[in-house]
Amino acid sequence: MSCFNKVAIALGLASITILSSSAASAHDFSAGDIRIGHPWSRIAPAAAPVMGAYLTLTNAGPEADTLVGGSTPLAERIEIHQMSIEGGVARMRSLPDGIEIAPGASVDLAPGGAHLMFIKPARPFAEGDRIEATLEFARAGSVRVEFVVQRNAAKEPDRADDHGGHTP
Amino acid sequence: MNRVRLFRICVWGVVIVLAGFLLVSTQLSEQQAPAEASTGTARVGGPFSLTSHEGERLDNRSLAGRPYLVFFGFTHCPEICPTTLFELTDLMSELGADADKFEVLFITVDSERDTQELLASYMTSFDSRITALRGSSEETETALKAFSAYAKKVPLEGGQYTMDHTTGVYLIKGDGSFGGILDMHEPRETRLQKLRRLVSS
Ligand SMILES: [Cu+2]
Repeated sequence: MSCFNKVAIALGLASITILSSSAASAHDFSAGDIRIGHPWSRIAPAAAPVMGAYLTLTNAGPEADTLVGGSTPLAERIEIHQMSIEGGVARMRSLPDGIEIAPGASVDLAPGGAHLMFIKPARPFAEGDRIEATLEFARAGSVRVEFVVQRNAAKEPDRADDHGGHTP
Repeated sequence: MNRVRLFRICVWGVVIVLAGFLLVSTQLSEQQAPAEASTGTARVGGPFSLTSHEGERLDNRSLAGRPYLVFFGFTHCPEICPTTLFELTDLMSELGADADKFEVLFITVDSERDTQELLASYMTSFDSRITALRGSSEETETALKAFSAYAKKVPLEGGQYTMDHTTGVYLIKGDGSFGGILDMHEPRETRLQKLRRLVSS
């Protein structure tokens, strides 16, 4: 049955490679029972008036909590939005009540879905920048985090090549 | 005897796996074929006339005989628009001189906030061969109609607004006919193939 073993080993190796590449640059913060996983934002074009920011919220406590807002010295303000793409049309709406995290639940703020939006960033975010910010939770209170600025989405494996060719 | 049986089982196993691959891949190509055939007849590529971020007038006639890519967006777009522009920049640098053989047009659906000055500064972050275009509200409306695209102004909290908009990158062939959509979620190699095919169209 060695042919099956080889396939199993190949699949195992492939999954290890995928896992390690996504975990390579992870960073976490916590406030009470809330864990804030890998806050990140994408590189921004020159003069970009807004920029999306993303993270994962996990609630280890027995009660629900809500992300109600945030602030950063590097932007006029931070808003909470919901994005959706249906029938090839992108739509964005405010989430004025914030984002609730049920007890034991995990919520992804990710491209194409819920996100934080930096309004009027003070300068374009460059790859590798760390953007200091404070997030406000209804129960856990305020917590300081750093958004790391990266070229690709958090869960995509990094592309080692092809980073050139831009005129910043 | 046992070894022969084991060998047979392995061979049959390989045959079944290969048959599975063939079945899946033919189904995938069958799914893609009708989509392309039907998009070829869609009403995409009508007349439009707009002003570039460098202040030059550009219309569909000035593009005659030249393949081009066009997509709609705005600078107050947190994710899809800048990502599409960065991705196109990457694809164009990979295509090198082949990317000189088509135009790339980014049409703003928010000419109210996207002034020529803002667009000119925004576009310095991307491949210099990409052109941002803006127009009066009538001109923008005409451009949307030309590609059967959609955009709508929607109020946000606090007096601000955002734009709902079509996200696809339209491919227009040299003869002015519709050549399909470039989807930024499909594999990079597929996108490069589509662009190379467009150049040779
Ligand atoms: Cu937003």
